[in-house]
Amino acid sequence: MAGSGKAHLRDGSLLRVEDLVVEFPAGPGRKVHAVSGISLDVVEGETLGLVGESGCGKSTTGKAIMQMPRPTSGTVAFEGEALTSLKGEALRQTRPTMQMIFQDPISSLNPRRKVGDIIGEPLRVWGRGDADEREKKVREVLEAVGIDPDAAMPRRPHQFSGGQCQRISIARALMLDPRVIICDEPVSALDVSVQAQILNLLEDMKARYGLTLIFIAHDLAVVKNVSDRVAVMYLGKVCEVGPPDTLYEEPAHHYTAALLSAIPVPDPEAERLDAGGIGGELPSPLDPPSGCRFRTRCPEAQERCAAEEPLMREVGVNHFVACHFPRIGGTAPPDASVPVTVSQH
Amino acid sequence: MDDAHEGPVLEVTDLETNFKTPAGLVRAVDGVSLSLERGKTIGIVGESGSGKSVLSRSIMGLLPSGNVVRKGSVRYQGQEIGELTPNQLRDFWGPEMAMIFQDPMTSLNPVMKIGNQITESIRYHLDQSKSESRETALALLQSVRIPEPTKRLNEYPHQLSGGMRQRVCIAVALACGPRLLIADEPTTALDVTVQSQILDLLQGQQEARFMAMILVTHDLGVVAGRTDEIAVMYAGQIVERAPTKVLFSKMKMPYTEALLKSIPKIENPSHTRLLAISGRPPSLVSPPSGCRFEPRCLYAQDRCREEMPPLMLAETPGHEYRCWFPVGTPEGKAALEKNLREKETPVGVDTSALVNG
Repeated sequence: MAGSGKAHLRDGSLLRVEDLVVEFPAGPGRKVHAVSGISLDVVEGETLGLVGESGCGKSTTGKAIMQMPRPTSGTVAFEGEALTSLKGEALRQTRPTMQMIFQDPISSLNPRRKVGDIIGEPLRVWGRGDADEREKKVREVLEAVGIDPDAAMPRRPHQFSGGQCQRISIARALMLDPRVIICDEPVSALDVSVQAQILNLLEDMKARYGLTLIFIAHDLAVVKNVSDRVAVMYLGKVCEVGPPDTLYEEPAHHYTAALLSAIPVPDPEAERLDAGGIGGELPSPLDPPSGCRFRTRCPEAQERCAAEEPLMREVGVNHFVACHFPRIGGTAPPDASVPVTVSQH
Repeated sequence: MDDAHEGPVLEVTDLETNFKTPAGLVRAVDGVSLSLERGKTIGIVGESGSGKSVLSRSIMGLLPSGNVVRKGSVRYQGQEIGELTPNQLRDFWGPEMAMIFQDPMTSLNPVMKIGNQITESIRYHLDQSKSESRETALALLQSVRIPEPTKRLNEYPHQLSGGMRQRVCIAVALACGPRLLIADEPTTALDVTVQSQILDLLQGQQEARFMAMILVTHDLGVVAGRTDEIAVMYAGQIVERAPTKVLFSKMKMPYTEALLKSIPKIENPSHTRLLAISGRPPSLVSPPSGCRFEPRCLYAQDRCREEMPPLMLAETPGHEYRCWFPVGTPEGKAALEKNLREKETPVGVDTSALVNG
């Protein structure tokens, strides 16, 4: 699943990520290969779900799209403008268009400040409107996310529950009328009952404010619920991209299939497929396997998987997979035009 | 403990655990009764703040005495846990009952080698020599399927991944062969692939050692295939308790139904509107005097606010619930239909989403 290639990219996308690489230094001569050449795109009004285990690089991808920190290489283009080549004030001017919501709603709000100030700050920083207009906007957005403005604005974050804090974080992200919101595990710290409230709220806000979302999560059922397109990541690579209904119905990649089989089903009568889901552990991103990165845990791995990195190719309508021997779509043809790309290790 | 002890390993009767706080007495566990036999697993399910972790700590005798007010009884093989002195408890933890915690990162000692963390209790409780205990630790690491166990004995927790650390925690808990194992959200901090490995491991060990096990979780999916019985907790009380299959097929409590319906299901098409439970759990300082779920319940009627439903017996043996208008009964259906007609419950929970869904 060292899934490289761009067969899955579309024309006219709002946000286009190409060959994104993020590496972190880890001592002399060593690097953490957090994200290794992934390509993704999002069209306007779409929700892209990014799913994978901890350490697969999904959060790093989200942050690299925001240019914080900047990716090691690759391009991120918003409406055709390469954010990766912007600097200083020019980059700052693009900030209001893309906002982020984080996993832990309580620690992502400043505990010493009042909710009204936290939410109003983006407007102050960007000098939008006068004090009255700002307060009006704060009230409007708080109401939109289901928080009573009069009760909430003079209070501090610790006086709210986790679910309410996540609503406040969403309100803050909405203040500057962004085009894209990157949600990094926005519901994984919440109870199932509150999780459903927040997921419904995100859908409502997406419709009301015409948002485009990138939704990062490890819970496959949650991702399916909100997404128009799902990208499955493994160890810094994208292994499968497709519309959620087909991807979940007929996973092409062995990793996606393993992930799906590991989900606990709330039904005692349900037969557990292949209990255990997937064996082994995620290899170290310091020294990822050659060829397909999933080969060390893949039930179908063959010699070709170690030698040659699989490229993205279409196996169904809008359904792409990076695998030599996928579950559907037949064996990948040897690609003579592209030289065999064995990763650095 | 007495090996010949008959009857359940664990019997909890009318347990109340209250915390004294400046805001008043927090009733974290409020009148919980349950019993558990050897070789059986009970799942305790509930949201954050429902009292499930305080219940498991009360059973273990792990709560501090200072600001805690306890009532009721917890009997382990006939022995009242509340009457044990700290020294007696110390002999109890390990060979009799053991616990696995949610966060494997913080429940291991970061500056102590894995091997010593396992052998510590073996040497104390089972009086084994240094080399014997090391052999035992090695066998334990093998039984929890840690690769290269000999090498791992000399490593520190930070050198292991989260899933491996949880395996070590399980090995520590199993070291002295407990008869009762309490796993408090053992897989919440782990990835879904690792979660199924750990749950399989726990189930395998529970069966092999014929232990009684309490599996505490907020995820109904986790307990569905792996428990004999499930107790659903809400605001400090057990609101429904039934054998696992009965609970899923014949649930009576609207809360259980709401919890199950709020989970996104993998088989539903994307953008399916979720049936969220509105609002949040009540304050445990001054809980509602009637049914505690009434402020959020789609079935609620005036009676629910006035009168707290007791635990009532369903037609299936071992199935209890707390509800005046249970799911699937004529009264329940009538109550729900009335609320749907009026678009809201007596306290104003909007039911229109249910009509659309």
